Amino acid sequence: MNDRPRKASRLAPAATFIGFLVTWEVAVRLGWISALFFPSPGAIWISLVKLIGTGALISATGVTLMRFAAGLIAGSVLGALLGLMMGWWPPLNAFLDPFVAAIYPIPKIAIFPLLMIMFGIGEGSKFAAILLTAFFPMLVTSLAGVRQISRIYFEVGKNYGARGTTVFTHILLPGSLPSILAGVRLSTNIAFVIAISVEMISARNGLGVLLFLSWQTFRVSDLYAVLLVIALWGLLLNYAIAYLTRALVPWVGE
Amino acid sequence: MSFECAGIGKVFPAAQTDIVALKDVSFVVEDGQFVCMVGPSGCGKTTLLRLIAGLDYPTAGRIAFDLPRKSGQLRAAMVFQHFGLFPWMTVLDNVAFGLKMRGESRKVSHLRATEFMGRVGLAGFGGSYPHQLSGGMRQRVAIARAFLADPEILLMDEPFGMLDAQTRIVMQEELLSLWQGRQHTVIYVTHDIEEAIFLGDRILVMSGRPGTLLADIPIDIPRPRERSNVLGKVTDIRLRVWNMLRDEVLRELEMPS
Repeated sequence: MNDRPRKASRLAPAATFIGFLVTWEVAVRLGWISALFFPSPGAIWISLVKLIGTGALISATGVTLMRFAAGLIAGSVLGALLGLMMGWWPPLNAFLDPFVAAIYPIPKIAIFPLLMIMFGIGEGSKFAAILLTAFFPMLVTSLAGVRQISRIYFEVGKNYGARGTTVFTHILLPGSLPSILAGVRLSTNIAFVIAISVEMISARNGLGVLLFLSWQTFRVSDLYAVLLVIALWGLLLNYAIAYLTRALVPWVGE
Repeated sequence: MSFECAGIGKVFPAAQTDIVALKDVSFVVEDGQFVCMVGPSGCGKTTLLRLIAGLDYPTAGRIAFDLPRKSGQLRAAMVFQHFGLFPWMTVLDNVAFGLKMRGESRKVSHLRATEFMGRVGLAGFGGSYPHQLSGGMRQRVAIARAFLADPEILLMDEPFGMLDAQTRIVMQEELLSLWQGRQHTVIYVTHDIEEAIFLGDRILVMSGRPGTLLADIPIDIPRPRERSNVLGKVTDIRLRVWNMLRDEVLRELEMPS
């Protein structure tokens, strides 16, 4: 009895999606919308298969993901560590907070030209831009994560003899983990956006380049095919983080 | 003797006038004694527990501990009013926390925690998280954690205050049977006079703010105690305590806070 509505709710999005594609295809074929701006799903599919066939799409995806992962991992590890330390040791927070407050809101794409001057137009500046993008949200969320741990848990720890590193491993880190994982989600999403953005500005390969090239050569269905791949990766990353969150902080929620 | 409080005073500095939480509180606790503390709310009972636990310092007087400690033994473990269980640890890890902090290996502390959990009705809950348990079960976890840490002194801050009346009665009896097996020194704060009479060897009655010691009443009901033979003696002790507290409570009520 119970799984009928559940099955229905799982099928509903798929049905909506298929319905949407069919309507789109029909609308293009009947000339209701311009194939120039909205190539039909069939045409996009053909572009996709072609781009995969030449290997262009796969190598571009690989390059972008590598850049993104390197910057994300470096930036979020550094950001989380510094955020935790700032939460643990208030003087450090008092000293660094003005800098964080000033730099955090700057869109990292805006300082990309500066980074290219500093680190050259090769991988260095791209790595730095993605790293900085991931760094600040991680710093801010892990700092907030430490701040919201109730004082009572530190007192319990102290009362039972927890000192120094045990306070860090048993209270500080797990207590701020839900907030840190919210930070991972945030960092991942903007770091992915920035990875593709910097590629559009200055790169020889990657999804951003493919996207830009499709525009310059006016191959609109290629453009859509690349966008599709980007969207799918975004979806995949967010599902992975949701899964990771459930696995790492089972005590939160329900 | 377990420890002595001598002329304890505690003042919290505040913007307008300093808050005098405790004033000249002196008493001696014998080794293995179950001491209950009652008093109107805000009378500094929790503050006194925190001082004994070493979580805060008195601004006057001193607390002298008498027992030579076994190496690594905790002086005082606290059962907090709101349980103070770590939400990110399983029940098993919570119970084993004190042992781990004393330097026991993960394996040994888990083994001993599992064994102890069986004795306090927590068998099979090791993998659960605190938020999945009822209030009574959570407090069992907090009590198991404190007992297993094997401190010299157990400090309990209204541990059953948030439980319903029936659960509280069951928990009181469980607590007594645990204590009778081990004979820790216990300082138990409560606002329930009847609970104090059922559990304690003596009752320290505190006044309203600033907290001072009003009376020290011995409870000479033989142990092990049955609720039925306690009930008869309750009335007169209760009246005595209540007569003392009544004025304090009334005074508190009329005081601007």
